[in-house]
Amino acid sequence: MTETHQITLNINGKDYQTSVEARRTLVDVIRDQCGQTGTHVGCEHGVCGACTILLDGEPVRACLMFGVQADGKKIRTVEGLATGDKLHPLQQAFTDHHALQCGFCTPGFLMLAAGILEKDPNINHDDLIAALSSNLCRCTGYANIITAVKVAAEKMRAG
Amino acid sequence: MKPASFSYHAPATIDEALTLLTNLSESDGRILAGGQSLVPTMAFRLARPGHLIDINGIKALQQIAVQDNELVIGAGVRHGAFHESVCEGPLGAMLSSVVNHIAHLPIRMRGTFCGSLAHADPASEWCAVAVTLDATIVARSTGGERQISAREFFQGVMTTALADDELLVEVRLPILSQNTRFGFQEFSRRAGDFALTMALAVWEDDGGRISNARIGLGGVEDRPRRILEAEEALNGSVPSDKVFRSAADLAAGVVDPMEDHATSGTYRRDLVRALTRRACEQAIK
Amino acid sequence: MPPSGSELLGQRLSRLEDPPLITGKGRFADDINFPHQLHMRVMRSPLAHAEITGIQTEQAAALPGVVAVWTHDDIADLGPIDFRADKSAEELKAFRQFCLAKDRVRYVGDPVAVIFAEDPYVAEDAEDLITLDLVSLEIIANADQHPGEFQPGLSSEAGLLTHTFGDVKSTFEAAHLVVEVDLQTGRHSGVPLETRGAIGVHNKTSDILELYGAAKIPHRNRETLVRMLGRSPSKIHLHEGHTGGGFGIRGELYPEDVLVLLAAERLGRPIKWIEDRQEHMMAANQGRNQHHKARMAFDRDGKILAMADEFWHDQGGYVRTHGANVPNRTMCMLTGAYKVPTFRAECHFRLTNKTPAATYRAPGRFESTFVRERMMDIAAERFGVDRVEIRRRNLIGPEDMPFKVAFDEPGVETLVFDSGDYPALLNKALKHFRWHELEAELKDRRRTGELVGCGLGVFVEESGKGPVDGARIVVDTNGDVEVLTGGASLGQGFETTMGQITAAALGADFRKITVIHGQTDRIPYGIGAHAARATVMTGSAVNIAALKVKDKALEAASEMLQMPADRLDIEQNVVFVADNPSGPSVTLGEVAKRLAPGSKFLGSRDPGLSAEGFHNTAESAFPYGIHFAVVKIDGETGHIAVERFMVAYDVGRAVNHMLLEGQLVGGCVQGVGGALFEEFSYSETGEPLSVTLADYLVPTMDCAPMVECLVTEDAPSPTNLLGLKGGGEGGINGVGAAIAGAIDNAIGKVGAVTQLPVTPQRMRKILRDLNKSF
Repeated sequence: MTETHQITLNINGKDYQTSVEARRTLVDVIRDQCGQTGTHVGCEHGVCGACTILLDGEPVRACLMFGVQADGKKIRTVEGLATGDKLHPLQQAFTDHHALQCGFCTPGFLMLAAGILEKDPNINHDDLIAALSSNLCRCTGYANIITAVKVAAEKMRAG
Repeated sequence: MKPASFSYHAPATIDEALTLLTNLSESDGRILAGGQSLVPTMAFRLARPGHLIDINGIKALQQIAVQDNELVIGAGVRHGAFHESVCEGPLGAMLSSVVNHIAHLPIRMRGTFCGSLAHADPASEWCAVAVTLDATIVARSTGGERQISAREFFQGVMTTALADDELLVEVRLPILSQNTRFGFQEFSRRAGDFALTMALAVWEDDGGRISNARIGLGGVEDRPRRILEAEEALNGSVPSDKVFRSAADLAAGVVDPMEDHATSGTYRRDLVRALTRRACEQAIK
Repeated sequence: MPPSGSELLGQRLSRLEDPPLITGKGRFADDINFPHQLHMRVMRSPLAHAEITGIQTEQAAALPGVVAVWTHDDIADLGPIDFRADKSAEELKAFRQFCLAKDRVRYVGDPVAVIFAEDPYVAEDAEDLITLDLVSLEIIANADQHPGEFQPGLSSEAGLLTHTFGDVKSTFEAAHLVVEVDLQTGRHSGVPLETRGAIGVHNKTSDILELYGAAKIPHRNRETLVRMLGRSPSKIHLHEGHTGGGFGIRGELYPEDVLVLLAAERLGRPIKWIEDRQEHMMAANQGRNQHHKARMAFDRDGKILAMADEFWHDQGGYVRTHGANVPNRTMCMLTGAYKVPTFRAECHFRLTNKTPAATYRAPGRFESTFVRERMMDIAAERFGVDRVEIRRRNLIGPEDMPFKVAFDEPGVETLVFDSGDYPALLNKALKHFRWHELEAELKDRRRTGELVGCGLGVFVEESGKGPVDGARIVVDTNGDVEVLTGGASLGQGFETTMGQITAAALGADFRKITVIHGQTDRIPYGIGAHAARATVMTGSAVNIAALKVKDKALEAASEMLQMPADRLDIEQNVVFVADNPSGPSVTLGEVAKRLAPGSKFLGSRDPGLSAEGFHNTAESAFPYGIHFAVVKIDGETGHIAVERFMVAYDVGRAVNHMLLEGQLVGGCVQGVGGALFEEFSYSETGEPLSVTLADYLVPTMDCAPMVECLVTEDAPSPTNLLGLKGGGEGGINGVGAAIAGAIDNAIGKVGAVTQLPVTPQRMRKILRDLNKSF
């Protein structure tokens, strides 16, 4: 039997203690061992961005890290975006502006956008497109995602 | 696409890491830094290291500082650190301009500068920068430390001068003088894709004439390199379209481009010609 | 007051399906788990064509955590993946795929063994321990090379298919002008963001086999599984959860779906299989890969006299569930929106050693529109007339509707374009997008040296092909409305669309509607979601059911309110007096209580506020559209930027404009992928070179144009009560054609583009061949 490591992941403010093999990717640990299945697995090689989470506030690909590496770190996923029943401005804008169809890429896009806007809610158009080009969507053709993120940015700027 | 088993080690100091590397290099021990290239390779099971030595927890490797007219970049410094200028003057500006071409934002928040060099993908932006600027690469093992010039460091596709028991602890880039001009151009199919070709043009403005020109290309051959013929064509000249075109033509003529199913040698030469000229043009803007 | 009643149709309501999807509560295939489940891993052929001489599985089977390893010998009693009932074709049966390869492998990715293990990581470890003995065979790399043998004595040309009307040969001989093209479309696929997944569960108590992860056509797949597994329909159930994109390729019946069911029964434990991305790129259906040699004949006035096309369809290693559907759709839609007096299409339907092909969004239409519209562009040039003008001269007119396209071959279906005013849409679009001004602007920019140009593609789409679908609507005593359908949701907004139709017809509160889809245990029939059928077929059935429920509700409410039913109406779940809205009223929940079983008011009526509705049709509804593209080419690198993309589309009647535009925009960007980026490449030895998302280039945000839409509702379909036509495929149909035309226009060489995708390297080659220096 391969060796395992005791780790604690803090996901959306809650501690999850679990035992992992070193080779388990962070996204697999978040989903399979912590039960937080909102974060999706789309390619397992870091291209699609469906597994994007915030790790200590920064957007990262959860398929390109091992769970053991996130021991003690603060992780935010789509499940933690809303405050109770109140949707995050990004979530509200995504549904208002039809920025999702199948919804599979949506958690990754929401977390990517959250990471971008929390750092710089005044980000300009070109920089926003460059940053959002990190993730793939196969349904929407992206236009509504851009609109939704801009609307949310405005709300977030207004506080 | 689940990685094969390995043993995980998370040393807290460089010395611990070096000891582990010495002990484990025989049983395929490898360094895990940002992991943005290594982990996908493991997912495809193209790499199956027996041990991973995770250096992310080593504080001494996180430093980025100017020392003795060099920018010293520790092995833990991530691409994202370069989004803002890390030092005054043209070098900081160059690095913050180049970094945006590296993969995507979330990759840049994990991947490291030194990791890119150790990985030695021919299409790596940092490798091209290191070669163009004649970076010094510092490798350390339990046996001691040595300095390797970037030109000698890259030995082929994903092949470097680093020994199995050596850790690339830092890279040193020369601080560029205030009269340095630079331009960086890259062509990839989509944002964040591997570059099919990139060109970095750097020179000093010597009273309106080009001096100390450096033209570095990446993504073209099996490793990045400077194109001395193009540099000679630039040195001593007053920047002009004609001069830039002749340097670009020379570069396109002397490269020995890689070919694959999607990219012919002819096409890569086209790109070299266009991007070299554009990098020069950008340098005088 | 929110819109209600028939005003609801067309409204841009936010979707019913969004709340779970934006909060991380979706239930996609990989989110479904059962206690004691085993994980299945498929070992796939590393060679494109080889004889299997041995498979050593002992070491893998001995690995701790591995429960079983199967090869073909272990499932020798299981037949190949069958065709859908409506696609059965005796002559193609020999080309079907066994769930695990028998004797030979025919593409890299062909399943040869399956491992069942306690953990997906361990299952993959076990795969490494299996040894395959393969003896390489010569490969057939392309459909347009000389055919070989699929197996000894059986040609790799599975069929020579034809669609004909009239005497093409003599027409060409007498023609004023003949245009000829040699064109290729690359190998593409839907590449949904969620890979496939299948979870098989055997309920030992009831002996029911259940398949989770089903999509697109659960009911039709059940029919196939019934035949393959020899079970009763009531003993197999398929369940669709959230589905991360379909595009035609997800939800067809694949080997893995059958394997998890068989294993669930034989191993007595739930079996979970989640496809990884690398597998997806070599195992899921591909499409589009055709080589056309086509000709068009014109008379002196630029009117089409004849069209002829010989083409080679690269089917890949096997014939899958659709049989020869894609080549047939290619042929029958080739004439598009034009009057073509004589026609002959001939398809070499050939097996090669690539991943099998099948339907991908607008199957056969993206291809045929590219071929037809290339020829129209060239004809315009040859006649010296405007590209729009040559098309206008040949468009089917509103006076020609319904317009029949009937083929001479017995058994080939006749198309009847149900309604449309193609010239009117063209005129509206030219005006709306300021086409002539745009052309002038681009001409000016070209004078300054820019390589900019515009192009267009005109097309007809097919939707709502029958034969029948049904729905059942139940209002519960709380007033919540359940719309039970056999449709499918792949992300297109099925729930919202059905909800909106229900709310409009019944007067229900849209937000109190739940739409059920893809559950074979809830409803015994269902057409699924394919070929733009859902809105037309299921939507029409839902509309009929909702109208019936409304009648029942009004009848019961009329007793409650002591008012004739014809003076009542329903809005927002409230039954009220139409000419006195502030007067007495009852809610639908109260009406449902009155009609509940045991209610003393029930009388002789059947209990329940519910009804079933069926929509039967022998006719399809044909929407139509025009795509316009503006491109800018970087002459030195060959990079092509799509500056603008415009779609004009007549949908008959839109249920929700926001969702329809979403379909059009998303389809367009997928089409841009096919036109400029995406291609499954293979090496000379048949090795797939596009098995990662870094090699198969799905458009990213930075290369997606902001698509502009003009949706019209000028030609409602007479085939259904609401006038609906489909919207799922009109976004992608003409993209290749329009972009090719725009590139030609930008470089001043009509007909220059002969192959999609136009990669930067191909663009550079075109320019180099034209001796354009930069």
